[in-house]
This record gives sequence, C-alpha cells and structure tokens, in this order.
Amino acid sequence: MNSMSNELIQLSAAKLSEKLVKKEVSALEVTKAHLDRIEEVDPAIHAFLHVSTEALKVAGEVDGARRLGAKLNPLAGVPVAIKDVLCTMDMPSTAGSKILEGWVPPYDATVVKRLRDARLVPIGKTNMDEFAMGSSTEHSAYGPTKNPWDLERIPGGSGGGSAAAVAAFEVPLALGSDTGGSIRQPAAVTGTVGMKPTYGGVSRYGAIALASSLDQVGPVARSVLDAAMLHDVIGGHDPKDSTSLNESWSSFTEAAKEGAKADSLKGLKIGVVKELGGEGFQKGVSDRFAAVCELLAATGAEIVEVSAPSFAYAIAAYYLILPAEASSNLAKFDSVRFGLRVNPPGGGTVEQVMSATREAGFGPEVKRRIILGTYALSAGYYDAYYGSAQKVRTLVQRDFQSAFGKADLLISPSAPTTAFKFGEKLEDPLAMYLNDVTTIPANLAGIPGLGLPMGLAEEDGLPTGLQVMAPAKADAKLYSFGATLEVLLKESSGELILQDSPLYPGANNASSANGGVK
Amino acid sequence: MSTNAELMDFEKAIELFEPVLGFEVHVELNTNTKMFSDAPNPASSQAESATQEPNTMITPVCLGLPGSLPVVNEQAVKFSISLGLALGCEIASSSRFARKNYFYPDLAKNYQISQYDEPIAHDGEIEVEIAGGKTFKIEIERAHMEEDAGKLTHVGGSTGRIQGADYSLVDYNRAGVPLVEIVTKIIQGTNENAPEVGKAYVATIREIVLALGISEARMERGNLRCDANVSLSPRGSGKLGTRTETKNVNSLRSVDRAVRYEIQRQAAIIAAGGTIVQETRHWHEDTGTTSPGRPKSDADDYRYFPEPDLLPVEPSASLIQELKNALPEAPAKRRSRLKADWGFSELEFQDVVNAGLLNEIEQTVQAGASPAQSRKWWMGEVSRIANAKSVDPSTLVSPKSVAEIVKLTESGELTDRLARQALEGVIAGEGTPTEVVAKRGLKVVSDDGALIAAIDEALKSQPDVLEKIKSGKIQAAGAIIGDVMKAMQGKADAARVRELILERATG
Repeated sequence: MNSMSNELIQLSAAKLSEKLVKKEVSALEVTKAHLDRIEEVDPAIHAFLHVSTEALKVAGEVDGARRLGAKLNPLAGVPVAIKDVLCTMDMPSTAGSKILEGWVPPYDATVVKRLRDARLVPIGKTNMDEFAMGSSTEHSAYGPTKNPWDLERIPGGSGGGSAAAVAAFEVPLALGSDTGGSIRQPAAVTGTVGMKPTYGGVSRYGAIALASSLDQVGPVARSVLDAAMLHDVIGGHDPKDSTSLNESWSSFTEAAKEGAKADSLKGLKIGVVKELGGEGFQKGVSDRFAAVCELLAATGAEIVEVSAPSFAYAIAAYYLILPAEASSNLAKFDSVRFGLRVNPPGGGTVEQVMSATREAGFGPEVKRRIILGTYALSAGYYDAYYGSAQKVRTLVQRDFQSAFGKADLLISPSAPTTAFKFGEKLEDPLAMYLNDVTTIPANLAGIPGLGLPMGLAEEDGLPTGLQVMAPAKADAKLYSFGATLEVLLKESSGELILQDSPLYPGANNASSANGGVK
Repeated sequence: MSTNAELMDFEKAIELFEPVLGFEVHVELNTNTKMFSDAPNPASSQAESATQEPNTMITPVCLGLPGSLPVVNEQAVKFSISLGLALGCEIASSSRFARKNYFYPDLAKNYQISQYDEPIAHDGEIEVEIAGGKTFKIEIERAHMEEDAGKLTHVGGSTGRIQGADYSLVDYNRAGVPLVEIVTKIIQGTNENAPEVGKAYVATIREIVLALGISEARMERGNLRCDANVSLSPRGSGKLGTRTETKNVNSLRSVDRAVRYEIQRQAAIIAAGGTIVQETRHWHEDTGTTSPGRPKSDADDYRYFPEPDLLPVEPSASLIQELKNALPEAPAKRRSRLKADWGFSELEFQDVVNAGLLNEIEQTVQAGASPAQSRKWWMGEVSRIANAKSVDPSTLVSPKSVAEIVKLTESGELTDRLARQALEGVIAGEGTPTEVVAKRGLKVVSDDGALIAAIDEALKSQPDVLEKIKSGKIQAAGAIIGDVMKAMQGKADAARVRELILERATG
C-alpha cells in the first residue's frame, strides 16, 4: 500500500468529503485505497461477507458527475459498508445465515437507496451474528469477525463486521442495525462511534427483520461528525415503513459541528443511571466512566444520579419480546419462494421440506430464540410472558420519562466489559445476553442512544465505550453533546484512541498485532 | 365417503332438532391496490381475472420477501368502515392488526395480517327476508380487515387436494387482496327456514357490498365467500351441539343446499347414536354434499400478537360520520322502494328477492329495459338456463346484455324465440346481443315482400282456411301464421304476419 492510500484510509468521512469536493482526490482513488486495505487486512479480520465488484465503477461515475459540476451530497464518493441485514440489489444479502446464502434481493432497502441517491460508494456487505442474534459475531454462519484490537477477541455483535471494518480502516463509514445494542456494543469494544436513532427515525424497509418493534438502522463511523453526516443521508420519513416517523429532522451534521465548537457544558444536566453500572462492570470500564463524569463536571455540566428501578427487568422483557417477534418474522424462511431448500431423502411433503430446510439453514442461536418466542406466544402463556413483557416495556418507558425530568441526557458505559475472547460466552447464552444490559433499555423505550469511545481500560488496554441517551426525537442533542465530548476527550487523553490500535495504518506496529495480520 | 352419508329426511330432522347457524363471510374489496402493498388488486373492478398470468400482480410485500414491510391501504380501511356501518356495527376508534401465525405455502409470510381482539367493526345487526316476506334478525359479532392468501393448484392425485398430489403450484396474485371477514353471532330460531335464512343472509351481504360499491361480489370468482357453521340442538335439551364449518360455499344456491345437507347429515348421525366431529368440511357443488376437511378445535393456536410493523388504525370521528352520511339506502328500505317503482305484485317481488336477482333487475332497468320485461327475462329464461347449469343466474349474463335483448324485442327486431337464441349466444360467449344477432343472422324478416310471398303460398295451399278467414273467423289465421313462421325459419314478427294475413285474405 502506497503512502497516499495509507493517508486516505486514515481520513474521516468528513475530511474525505472536503478533499473530494475540492477535487484534491478522486472518488476512484479513495475507493481503490479502501479496496486495497480490505484486500490487505480482511483475510485476518473477516469483517466483510462480500466485497462489491461495482465499487470502482460507481466511484468513477461520481467523479464524472463531479467533473460535470453536478450538485452532489457532501458524502458523494465516500465508501460505505453495509451490514448484511440490509437488502442490496447488487450484492447478496444473507443476514449472516445459511438459509439466505447467495440470495440477491430484487430491491434495495430504503437506507441503501438513499446511500445510492447521495452517491456514496457501497463497498461491501459486513458480517454479523445470524439474523442479528448475538453480541460477538460468533453466531454468523460464515465465521466470526475478529476485533482489530486483538484478533483473539470478539468485535461485538451483532454488527461486529461494520464496527471492525471501520475500526480497521477498511472503510470510513458503515451501516448497522440495533435491536438491543448491535450498533453501540460493537462500537464500544472496537473503539468506534455508533448511533441507534430514535425508533422510526430511519426506515426499516429492506432491513431483514429481527424484532420489528425494536430494530433500528443507524450509522457506524470513527467520529461523531461522520456518524451525523451518514445519519443525515439515511434518516427521515419513508412511506414504505408505517412505523417511520413523519418528522422534519434538523441537520445532525450541523448539530455535531456546533457541538465540536462548544467550550462549556454549563447548564447541561447529565444523569448517571444508577442501575447501568456498578456490580458486574469491569473495573477498567467503570474507571473510564468515572473519569468521563469528572471531565464533564469540570467542563460545567451538572452530574446527577437517576434511578430506573424497572431496568432490572429489562433484559427479561427483551428476551421475551425479541424472540416472540423473531419467531414470527423468521417464519417466512420456508424454502418456498427464496433462499435455501433442503429436500429430505426421497423427497417429502411441503411441510417436511420446510422443516428440513429450517433444520439445516438456521444456526443454534436462531433455533433457540424461535423456540423461546413460539413458546412465549402460545395460547395460555401469552399473558404471562409476552403480555407481562409489554408491561415491563411500559415501565421502562416511564422510568426514562422520569429520568429525563431530572436530566437532559443520560449516560452509562455502552457495555459492561471490554471485548471478551472468542468462545468465552458461547456456551453460556445467559452470560452473552447480559452483555446487552446497558443498551437494551433504549430499544425498549424507542429512544436514541449514541456510543462513542471513552478511552482504554487500564487492565487490558482495550477500548471502552460511553453510551449517551436522549429523549425520543432528540437525536441532534446526542450528536451535539457527543461532538463536544469527543473534543474534550481528545484534549485530555490525546488523539483518536484508534491510534493505539495495533492495526492503525499509520503505526509501525501493524505486524506486531496480537495474532498478527500479515 | 361423504357421498354415501346417511341423510335424515329434512322435515324429520327439524322436528327432532333445532338447527343453530353461524356464518363467516369473506368479502374481497375492489380497491385498486392490495391491502398492504401497492401491487394491483386482482379483485378490483378494473382487473380482468381471466387475463391474469400467475404471479404477475405481486411486489416483494406480497411475496413476504425478507425486509419487506406492509403499509395499510387507506381506501380499504374506508371501505371496511362503510361496510361496518352498513351492518349496523360500532366502529372502533382504535383497532389493531395482529399476526395470525401458521405455516402454509399459500401464505407468503407464514403469518396472515388480520385483526384479532380489536376489530374495526363490532356488534351489528341486519334483517334478512325469506320467501313469503318472513324476516329474521341476524346479529353481527364483528367485521375485521385482513389479507387474502395466495392460490394453490395441486397437480396429480385424484382429489385435486393437497393430499395425494404430486406437486403443487402457488400463485401469489391473490396474496394480499383486501378482505373483510364478517362473523355472525349464533343464529337460532330459524327452524325449517334455516337453509333459506342462510341463503338470504349471504344474499343480503352481497346486496350491501354491491350497493356500497366496495366489492365486485362475484361469488364464482371468490369475491364473496361463505363458511357455514351448522350444529343441531336436540329439541328441548337446551344444549348446543357440536358444529361443523363447511368452507367455501360459493353460490347463494349452495348456501341453502349446504346448510340443508349438514342438517340432514348431522341429524342422521345423532339419531343413530353417533357424535358429530368438530371439523371443517369441504363443499362439493356437483354432488351437493360435504366431506370432512381437517379437525378444528376452538383452541387452534395461531399465536396471535399485535402486528409490530403497523400502527393502530384510528379513524377520526369526522371520517366515520362522513362515511355514515354517504351510506346508500338500507336493503329493506330499498326493497320497498323498488317494489313500488316497479309495480310488481307481492308474490312477483318476493320471487325476485328469493332468487337473489334484485340487483340484476335493477341494473337491467337502469340500462333501459322495462321492469316487467327485466323480471320476465331474469326470472324466466336466464334462471332456467342457470338452473340447468347449477349456477347463479347473475354469473351467466350481464344486466346490460339482458337490457339490450329486451330492447331488441321491444323494438320488434327480435321475436321472443329469436331473443332466446340471442341470449343463448351471449351466454355461450359469442359477444353482445347485437353481435350475436348479426353473427347468427337472427334479425326478424321485416321485408313485407318476402312475408307476403310466404303468406300467399300458405293461403293457396289451404283454401279452406282462406274461406274461414274471409267469412270472419279471424282466429283461423293461426294455422297460416304457423306455416309462414315455419317457412321464414322463425325470423318473422308474428304480429306483423297476422296483420298481413288478414290483409291478403280479405283484401
């Protein structure tokens, strides 16, 4: 990789945008640099399930349009990776499952269409836990993604592919989807930024559904501003998604830019959620969190403790609502119209073919959740399980309401620990589920949550993440605050923490990464 | 097999048991697009079902492709509200869609989006009238919105059913067609009128949806489908019996027959000490019998839960009021108006109502035919052919065509006999009446020259008749008319022939 490529892949999307607009660099060069990077490091990282063969062509077209003086979106020509849960007409869309191996949808997800309309360059599809069920990508049918910080550790999940791709400088931007933390937890353990927008803020049309009432598509990036810029492209009302909010959203890019300029947080009340910390949290994570609180207080913010007693039941409720909806959403994978078909020996009835296909096509975690969900919805159990879970959901929403009565924003660690090792929690589903303890409440309440790096844990040198939550529709506040905090953290702890990553392209230590990539 | 089932004499069955009925009627709405997608609706008034290639009227939503999402068709909601109002129902200010989960290859998502505990309309009542003017109140439990499934064609095997088939073909054109399912409360006290009440109920629903213009309501096309629940309660027992649900009874005539058959079949079983199995049953139009389908328990577990992809349906009070104001006349009121307008006798009118031909006659009159002639054709020749073919008269010919035939006879261009041939041609698909007349050469011979030649010939060959006519016995002309009509192969106006005979004989 030459030095120009090396320089290009380190740039943020915002910086790339500037250079592209000024024609200091072409979309083709930017795309080529990232494709080269993917070729170089992805065999070790395995962030991508599919790399686009069209990317260079698309980039060339953007350059052509720019030469002709077309008015383009600021991000036109910037490469973007797409989580494999999103439908793309020109690339297979498998959701990390064997049952959809090779399936190319006849339509683009609305968010993908918006990327194309804004002329970003889709560069490939990223790995994920099968149907977004997991916190480690270990449940991908195509093998796990490695954490660029340590190849023996998980990159988080389900969107580990998007987070790792961004963290390993394979792409500056990616799309993720967050049902219970699938954008924010991977961001935390890879030292990147990820945003789960307000439910309804971004279209779900073409996002292969896990749990319809919880799923939300969002941006993954290395900076708050980059995430905001991508959010501006993909967000907004979509008539094809009935749950999409008919709102006029203010510019998130502007919010992030304003936030970066702020030198004081005076007058801002920041709530620390008592239930989202303490016992069960890794010391390094708690320490970093405490340091952030001090930093915020030193900058004029008022830190208040808030309590959300019903959060104790959030995980239990989540693991009833999610499997219930998933059991129904995944019923369509029956071999009749698309995807895998497995014929039992000697043929069989349609029911036997459906059964054999689902037996062969779904992984163990998917089966576990389908069984759980089917049970939870069964006559006679509905009230006790699904019904009660919905009540808890209402209580969680009330807790947030009362918390936002006392604070403008709420903060907590994004995940209780740094990246754990492969296999560590694979045999213990409950331990895996508990990894989402901090992120799940925001999904249950439909409020936005931003995850951003808050430094490295002292004991293992791995990234930790901060989660910031705002009331529904106040996504802009998160970008503004996130950008401010980003500046504060840079000032207090040096540059972007990804520079400490063994895979940082500017570093000479790439070959000495744990596990090595060369 | 079912065809060999023992049947009890109907009167005897009614003497021993009280029939208890319940109906589920599915109405396909004729909106331009489907319930949850912008795919064209094959049940719309524009769509011509005969030309629909399988799997051409579909979108990713109809196929339940991964990532696709439903969006509610507002027109379908309005139609459903109108129907609910016409059924005297209360309209819910907030109703919800729910998923009904079950695996079946005609159901693309393996769940049907329906309504469960919160239907859009509930608690209504309509009055239906049977022969002799006797009326019955039918209580409506609910009317809810849902989507239709695709269509399966089972290939191979002898029954055309999924069991024993070599393979099956799926057509998803119908998947997602908007449906309203109307569910009655249990209907008691119909006794020997049970079959007729069933038929009159479905006929009334058909009348209502046609008046509202919300469905094409062609039963032979499945626009209106009836499932008939029948159980028998031993007289004096005060206990309800076990019910069967005969599915897809898709003509008015069949509703009557299916209810009657189930009453007779169940009565025979119970009287012989047997028990009725709670099950769905298939209706066989050809043999007029039912056969067992699948066992059905009240506890079929569809794992209903609120559809998370859709928001609750919350029509404003002003919209409901607006739709209420726009409701067409209620069927009972309409019937008394039509009866007065048309000047039919009580008996004539009742026959029309019982035959379910009110709409057809009204439309025929609207198309320019006289009420008396419209009635004559629909109740006469059209019904006769329909009976012979065991189909509903409305499926044979359009009111427009009947009106055209009436007008052709009224203008003297067709004789009754020629008009019957024209009707036959229209039913055979040879075109409009005018086209059939042209193709078959059915025009009345009005060229007096040809007639006069034939008359003179006939008079010459029967001088005795000529003498009789000359001597004033005008009725003797009948014999000559017969000869002339024969010579003209029926293509002459008998009245004109008679006139000319008298002219020639006495002139």
